Amino acid sequence: MPEKVSIENVSFGYGDTLVLDDVSLAIEPGEYFCFLGPSGSGKTTLLRLVAGFGTPSKGRIVIGGRDVTHLPPWERNLGMVFQSYALWPHMTVAKNVAFGLERRKLSRAEIGRKVRIALERVGLSHLADRRPAQLSGGQQQRVALARTLVIEPAVLLLDEPLSNLDAKLRTEMRVELKRLQRELGITTIYVTHDQEEANAAAGRIAVLDGGRIQQIGSPVDMYDHPANRFVAAFLGTANLVEGRIEGDRFSSSDGIVLGGMTEKPGAVCVSIRPQHIALQASGTGLPGTVEEREFLGETTRYRIKAGDQRLIVDEPHRRDIEPREIGAMVGLAIDARQVSVLRD
Amino acid sequence: MADTATLPAAPRAPLAARLGASPAQIAALALVALFLLAFLVVPIVRVIQIAFTGPEGSFSLVHFGDFFQTSLLRESFWNSIYAASMTVVVASLIAVPLATIISRFRFRGASIIHTLGVIPLVMPPFVGAVAMQLIYGKNGSINLLLNQFFGFRIPFMEGLNGVIFVEAVHYFPFILLNLSAALSNIDSAMEESAQNLGASGFTLFSKIVFPLSLPGYVAGAALVFVKVFDDLATPLLLSVTNMLAPQAYLRITSVGVSDPQGYVISVIMIACALTTIGLSQLALRGRDFATQQRGGGGLARRKMGKGGTILATAFVVLVLLVVLSPHLGILLLSFGTVWSFAVLPDGYTLAHYATVANEAGPFITNTLLYCGLAGFIDIALAAIVAYVVLRTRLKGRHLIEQMAMAAVAIPGLVLGIGLLRTYYGVRLPSGESLATFWGMLVIAYAVRRLPYALISAKAALRQLHVHLEEAAESLGAGKFTTLTRIVVPLMTGGLLAGFVTSFATAAVELSATLILVTRPPDAPISYGIYVYMQAAAGRGPGAALGVLAVLVVAVATFLSYRLAERERNAKSREGVF
Repeated sequence: MPEKVSIENVSFGYGDTLVLDDVSLAIEPGEYFCFLGPSGSGKTTLLRLVAGFGTPSKGRIVIGGRDVTHLPPWERNLGMVFQSYALWPHMTVAKNVAFGLERRKLSRAEIGRKVRIALERVGLSHLADRRPAQLSGGQQQRVALARTLVIEPAVLLLDEPLSNLDAKLRTEMRVELKRLQRELGITTIYVTHDQEEANAAAGRIAVLDGGRIQQIGSPVDMYDHPANRFVAAFLGTANLVEGRIEGDRFSSSDGIVLGGMTEKPGAVCVSIRPQHIALQASGTGLPGTVEEREFLGETTRYRIKAGDQRLIVDEPHRRDIEPREIGAMVGLAIDARQVSVLRD
Repeated sequence: MADTATLPAAPRAPLAARLGASPAQIAALALVALFLLAFLVVPIVRVIQIAFTGPEGSFSLVHFGDFFQTSLLRESFWNSIYAASMTVVVASLIAVPLATIISRFRFRGASIIHTLGVIPLVMPPFVGAVAMQLIYGKNGSINLLLNQFFGFRIPFMEGLNGVIFVEAVHYFPFILLNLSAALSNIDSAMEESAQNLGASGFTLFSKIVFPLSLPGYVAGAALVFVKVFDDLATPLLLSVTNMLAPQAYLRITSVGVSDPQGYVISVIMIACALTTIGLSQLALRGRDFATQQRGGGGLARRKMGKGGTILATAFVVLVLLVVLSPHLGILLLSFGTVWSFAVLPDGYTLAHYATVANEAGPFITNTLLYCGLAGFIDIALAAIVAYVVLRTRLKGRHLIEQMAMAAVAIPGLVLGIGLLRTYYGVRLPSGESLATFWGMLVIAYAVRRLPYALISAKAALRQLHVHLEEAAESLGAGKFTTLTRIVVPLMTGGLLAGFVTSFATAAVELSATLILVTRPPDAPISYGIYVYMQAAAGRGPGAALGVLAVLVVAVATFLSYRLAERERNAKSREGVF
C-alpha cells in the first residue's frame, strides 16, 4: 500500500549553519519523486530526515498520515538504499537480505521464501551465499536494493544510488530501478545531483539549492518554464539576459529585443535556451561575432558576442552545414515563443 | 544541545535527541568516567596534593624546597635528564642511519632493518639489563676479550652509561619506526619537483627532506625521552639508584608511604613527561606535513655505491649484533650453569627451567589472569569511548577521551604510588587493603594501557562506515541490535588487536607492579623476573622466566600484527567505500 509523504516547514541546521530552510513539499502515493540539487544543497540531509537520521529543528514529517518526526529510523518502516550500499561485509548476501525480516520476527521458512523471491527479482539468486566483497559494484547495488525492498517498506529512499557505477551500468540500473518502482508501485524518493538521472527517472522533481526549494514540477515543465535563474541554469544550459518589459516588448541594453511578451512591465531576466537561437547570414537579425566553437556531435556549440552579451548558440549538425569561422560576423534570430521570463 | 532556546518548535523532541545520545550510551560513558575518576584522576590529584601540602596541612612549596636542597635528589634529577637525553642521542645514532638506508637507498638488507625495528620491542629493557651486564660489563664477555687481546676495557655499563646503553638499544625502534614512516610518507613528487626546480644534494636535503621528516623524528625522540625518564626497573636492576624513579621507589618502600619526597618526585616526573610531550607538539604545530599528502610511495630509492654498500652492511650487522645481544645473553643465561668472569657460561643445563617449572607457576598464571582481565577491561572501555566519541554528539565526550588518553603521560610508578596512597586505607571484607589486593594491579594495568586500546578501537570504528549502522536501523534494528549484530562483529579484529597489545605490554610492566605487589604469591611474571634477578643465584631461573615472558610477548605481538593485517585486507577488499 503506497503511502503519501508530507514535509511541512522543515528546517534543520548544525550550530549556526542552516542546512534546510523552511522546506515544504508533498509526495503522492506511488510517486517517483526526485530531490535534485548541487552538493551542499541539502537534498541528502532532507532524505536523511525522512529516513529518521536526524530530527528537524522546526517543522514535521508525516508519512501515511502518521507524524514520524520524532520516531527513530527503526520504527518508520522505510527502505533506504545508501550511496555506499552499506552491505555488511561479515554477512553473506542472503544474510544481508534476511536481516530486516529477522527484525520483523518472521518464521524461518517465511524469511527463506522472501529472501529467495527478493534475490530473484534482482537476478542474483545464484550469489546468495557470497560475501559482499566478492561481488561487483553493480551486484552490490542489486543486493542493497533487494535488502531494502524485501521488507516491503512504506517508502523507498534512494541516496545517489547510481553514483558508484560506471556509465554503462548506470543507464542499465536506471531503467531497472524505474521498472521495479513501476511494478511495485512504491512511493520512491530519489536523491541525485545529476539532472539527466533525475529527468529520465522521476515523475516530479524538487530542485534544491542553499537549503531551499527552488521549484517543484515535472522535468519537462521545469525545463520549459524555469521559475528562477538557478533552475534555468541548473537544468540544461541557459542564456540569462537582463532587461525590461515595456508593453509587449522585452529589450536589453545590448539591443536584444523580443516581442509577444505577456508579463507585467518592469525589470526582468529572461532565459533563452541555446537551441532556440538560430544562426543566419550577417546583416539579418541581431548582429554578433563568433568567439568560440565546439563540435559536440549532435550539435555545434558557438559562443557569440552580441553587444556586451555572450550568448551560447547550439546549431544541430548536418553534413551540408558550413561551420562558422571564429571572428565571423553572423546574424541571430531568437524564437520569442520559447523564451522564459524568470521570477527572480 | 543544552541551548533549548533554539528548539521551541520541537517540544516533543525526546531527551536523548537533545543530549545527542541514548540513555544507554550516556550510562556507559558515565561508567567509564567513573572508572577513570576513581583510578586515574583521584590518585594523581592525591599525589599532587600531598606534594604541595606543608607539615601544617596548608598549601606549601616546602617539600620542593627540600627536594632541591637534598644533594642526592638534585643529582638524581640531573641524572635522569642526562640519561634520558643521552639515550635519545645514542638511539638516534642507531636509528637515523638505519631509517636513511631503508628509505633513501636500494639496500638488500632492508628486511633485516625492518626486523631490527621489532626485535627490541618484544623484550622489556629490565629483562635484558642483566644479560647486557654480563656481555658488556666491566668483566663481561666483550671487555674480557678486549682486555685479553688489546689490554683495555670500555666502560659500556658503568653507572649511567649502562642505563643509557640498555635503554638506547631497546628504545631506538621508536625513532626508527616514526622516522621511516615520515620518510616513506614524503611523496617522491616533492623531491622531484625540487630537483626539477634546480635543487640537489645538500640543498635538497636541508630544504625538503629534513623539514618533511622532522615531525616523525621529533615524535619518536620525545617518546624515547619519556620512556627512559619513567623507567624504574632498568636502573634498579643495574644498581643505579641516583635517578628520579628509583629514588621515588626507594623513598616509598623504605621510608614509607607518607614520605613527601616520593610525591614531589612523582610530580616532577609528571611535569617532565608533560613538558616533553608539550614541547614536541609545540615544535611540530602546523608541521605535520607528512599526513597532509599521501600515496607517493616514499622517496625515490637510489642505488648505493660499492663503498656505501660495504659501510651500510657493516653498520647493519653491528647493530644487529648489539640488538640481539640481550636476547642471546638472556638465552645463554637461562641455559648456563655458571657465568661469571667468563666470555661464555661454563656449562649448559636445563635446571633453571626446571626451577621455573617448580616455583614460578603462580607467576605465569597470575600474569595470564591479570593481563587478560586488564585487556578485557581496556577493550570494553575503549569500545565505549570510541563509539560515543565518533558516533554521538554527547557533551563532554571529548573530555572523557582526553582523560583516558592522559594516562600516556603518567609514569607507571606515579600511578602505582597514587593508587597505593588513595586506597591503602580502604579495607576489603577479608581485611586486606584494597591497594594491595591483586585486583588493583589489574586496574593499574588497565588504566595504563587504555590509551593504546583506545587508539585501536577508534581506528577500527573509523573504518566502519556509519552507513552500515544506518542501514541496519532503517531495516528495523534498534541501537542495541545494531551494536551487537553489526558494530561489534565488524570491530572484533581491531578490538582483538587492542586486547593483545594491552595484554603483551602489561605482561612486562614493572613500575606500578613493584609498588603494588606486596605478597609474592600474588605477583606476576615481571615481578618474578625482577626478584630472581636480584640475587646472583637467581639469575638463571630469572633468565628462564624472562625467556618465557619474551616468548609470550613475541607471540602476542605477532598475533596482533596479523590481526591488524587481516583487518586491513578485509577492509580493502570492499573497495567501494
